[in-house]
Amino acid sequence: MNPLKIIKNGILNENPTFVQVIGMCPVLAVTTGAVNGVGMGLSTTAVLACSNLFISLIRKAVPPKARIPAFVVVISSFVTIVQFLLQAYLPDLNASLGLFIPLIVVNCIILARAEAYASLNGPAASFLDGIGMGLGFTLALIIVGSVREILGAGAFFGMPILHEDFPRTILMILPPGAFITLGLLMALLNHLRGKGTSKGGAE
Amino acid sequence: MNIFVIFFSAILVNNFVMSRFLGICPFLGVSKRIETAAGMGVAVTFVMTLASAVTFIVYKYVLAAMGIEYLYNIAFILIIASLVQLVEMFIKKSSPSLYQALGVYLPLITTNCAVLGVTVINIQEEGFTFIDAVVNGLGGALGFTLAIVLLAGIRERTERNDIPKAFKGFPITLVTAGLMSIAFLGFQGIL
Repeated sequence: MNPLKIIKNGILNENPTFVQVIGMCPVLAVTTGAVNGVGMGLSTTAVLACSNLFISLIRKAVPPKARIPAFVVVISSFVTIVQFLLQAYLPDLNASLGLFIPLIVVNCIILARAEAYASLNGPAASFLDGIGMGLGFTLALIIVGSVREILGAGAFFGMPILHEDFPRTILMILPPGAFITLGLLMALLNHLRGKGTSKGGAE
Repeated sequence: MNIFVIFFSAILVNNFVMSRFLGICPFLGVSKRIETAAGMGVAVTFVMTLASAVTFIVYKYVLAAMGIEYLYNIAFILIIASLVQLVEMFIKKSSPSLYQALGVYLPLITTNCAVLGVTVINIQEEGFTFIDAVVNGLGGALGFTLAIVLLAGIRERTERNDIPKAFKGFPITLVTAGLMSIAFLGFQGIL
């Protein structure tokens, strides 16, 4: 088992957002700025790593038929813990992420990794897989958040970077901007990947 | 709040998919054919309305009465999972073809964030009564159905069009959804 390989797999080869296209709701909803992206990404990473670890530990004790409800209870307990921590220490971030913190429970990435990885692998590997997938998700949120924040508000992580006369595209921080930004980014990635594999005659 | 305001606001102004970004996974995943999209919409409508009613009662008379409101997340997701199981058994018996078409997305209604989303919104909204909660759930679900059926209609056409290779699949669907979302912004002023 190579720890770096597992983490890299989550961030690049199997990036949950751009490659697997799962857990899209927060990617679209909270990415009005890069800061929100980091907050959401790291909260999800914490839940993902803890629930992967815990599910891997109990995987042999849970009967296969009661698997999903058991996983969901584990995941929602960790989400409740993260929600308490955010309310206590980062109330501003908690307010701007709002509804999407309790909704981490239904983020498909977490249940998908529990089902496809943690229920089959050892605790250490599962924990690292959670970290890798979480960071991959965080990276995607930061990219989408940065594009929208720069074009829509002329700022990057809250700091103004564009000249005042440069036109701001308000649409980018409104809901349609999220769909369009993500669509264009995915098309760009497809294009780059197509170039990389075209010699091998893929697709 | 007036229940008509809640109803139309949930369908059009604050459409769950187009402006709140809830339920994006099935929105992108099950919108290839209009029939499947409509079937998904009906199943989600049933689960969402029922879930709104049950979770509201459980929150008010069980969790709040015992002073353990903070466990709402765990309680709600279990209620929703059981309801989905119920709907799954019902559809399997009554319409096997719809069951086939919905495939893996049927059990995944559990992880459809529109369902958990509406139940959490119902308890966070100040002064929501039982009727308000159910109307909000029904309206939100109809809004979801409207959005997914519209997108499926557009996708059935774009599929036959000559679009750049890099845009095939998800990218063009997301851009389409973005344009639909601009149209939904137009409802912003009506309430």
